[in-house]
Amino acid sequence: MADPEIKSYEQHHESRSPAVTESRPAQAVLMAIVFAFLGIFLLLPLIIVFHEALAKGVSAYTQSLSDADTRSAIRLTLLVAAISVPLNIVFGISAAWAIAKFEFKGKAFLTTLIDLPFSVSPVISGLVYVLLFGAQGLLGGWLKAHGIVILFAVPGIVLATVFVTFPFVARELIPLMQEQGNGDEEAALSLGANGWQTFWYVTLPNVKWGLLYGVLLCNARAMGEFGAVSVVSGHIRGLTNTMPLHVEILYNEYNAVGAFAVASLLAGLALVTLVLKTLLEMRYGAEIAATRGH
Amino acid sequence: MTTAPAQAGWRFRQPSVIPGFGLTLGFSLAYLTLIILIPLSGLIWRSAALGWPEFWAIATDRRTINALEISFGTAFIAAAVNVVFGTLVAWVLVRYRFPGRRIVDAMVDLPFALPTAVAGIALTTLYAPNGWIGKLLMPLGIKVAYTPLGIVIALIFIGLPFVVRTVQPIMEEIDKEVEEAAATLGASRFQIITRILFPGLAPAITTGFSLAFARGVGEYGSVIFIAGNLPYKSEIAPLLIVIRLEEYNYPAATAIAAIMLFLSFLMLLIVNLAQSWSRKRYG
Repeated sequence: MADPEIKSYEQHHESRSPAVTESRPAQAVLMAIVFAFLGIFLLLPLIIVFHEALAKGVSAYTQSLSDADTRSAIRLTLLVAAISVPLNIVFGISAAWAIAKFEFKGKAFLTTLIDLPFSVSPVISGLVYVLLFGAQGLLGGWLKAHGIVILFAVPGIVLATVFVTFPFVARELIPLMQEQGNGDEEAALSLGANGWQTFWYVTLPNVKWGLLYGVLLCNARAMGEFGAVSVVSGHIRGLTNTMPLHVEILYNEYNAVGAFAVASLLAGLALVTLVLKTLLEMRYGAEIAATRGH
Repeated sequence: MTTAPAQAGWRFRQPSVIPGFGLTLGFSLAYLTLIILIPLSGLIWRSAALGWPEFWAIATDRRTINALEISFGTAFIAAAVNVVFGTLVAWVLVRYRFPGRRIVDAMVDLPFALPTAVAGIALTTLYAPNGWIGKLLMPLGIKVAYTPLGIVIALIFIGLPFVVRTVQPIMEEIDKEVEEAAATLGASRFQIITRILFPGLAPAITTGFSLAFARGVGEYGSVIFIAGNLPYKSEIAPLLIVIRLEEYNYPAATAIAAIMLFLSFLMLLIVNLAQSWSRKRYG
């Protein structure tokens, strides 16, 4: 603070007269309130996850992670994300192309529909598939007669995950591609490129950071989803338990170290997601539409 | 931008040299219909098929009403708390410069990234009577875990980024010259905040509130661990849906879900009206 250069920059940047900003003591109080609030509500929950996971030492931690049921929960979570994220990438790109590159009737309505899953409770997102595919469901009898299992199995978990992560890629790409306009694509087409080449060599490089940003958020939610998956999974240990569901089971069995060990992996995923997201925002902020808000 | 030639009559889409409209729109609509629209209309169809007397009996069941009251009530309180603290967080992040600001800014998104079940067990452990925070509150006679207050705490965690991320970009756009002009005309800092800054932020704050509220009403994972889940006292509506499903009571689960959807949409409508009012009032 003693550096005169910094001080003058600050004064220039922050205020010219005291009435345009709060007084120094008021600033200190506001910052103290904010830090205390964020410390209690954000930092402590994060710290306690790792604290509890390591409460009985590193060996107990690694041991609970090498448990067979835990391993299968990790594998299932990776499998579900590996199926549902690419599905939503294809949808997101396709929807963004249709909505951003063309003017057609009902566009605004379609954009609203894409956001619909965000305003539905995760439990309801799971419930709708139970009503459709369950034993008493609309298609339940037909599925049973044909020996197709969707509910309480991997397909149901994938469907519920696709439902809750549905908007992430699309809502990132749509505003970005709208902002970029059609000029580049029209130039490529007029130079003789076909549609596929135009997309692959012109559009995709233009939106790659925005796409990555959407995929990052989509993946975090896909791996962490609890409510929707909980309703359709059936909670069969070693078979239909994803990592978040496994956290619940271990926690309810009073296996705190086990529950928090799995939770620490998910918290690690969240931290990696946040770091990558922040890096993307810092380096490619202009090429990411979502930096204006979620 | 494509320049549309003067055209007569109704046209579904404006002409464009860019290919792939049919393919991408067709695929998007098919995918949207299969994944979202058919399952959701199944829910509406099933609840309509219940018939009015049965639907009314479920809707007016004491346990259903209490669960809905708890869900909407706690979500409202949490969103209100987040409006105050979220706006303050956004203000400090936008206006003040301090070391580690970038990290604090990134941390605000933690509730978006942290799986709700992880948040649930972490908060429960913190606020349990023998937990780090619960231990401090115990002598004061405040019980958080396994009470409705616990639900509020979980929903504050979940909803915070919605308010901060809605208000922050609008704050960044505020032109400081307006504040300077008001100051030179003799306005006090308090007057500037209430008369100049707040009106500009009101629509964003309303949006942030409604997003946090809507998310809180439907929230499940982070709440069920800390709530205690006592019927009539600390049982949230999404949990009641799950309980009814586990009892194979599909009609009750369907009806409660339909009521929740209806109330959420009603709320969105009210928020939109409130927003257009505040735009007229302040805009």
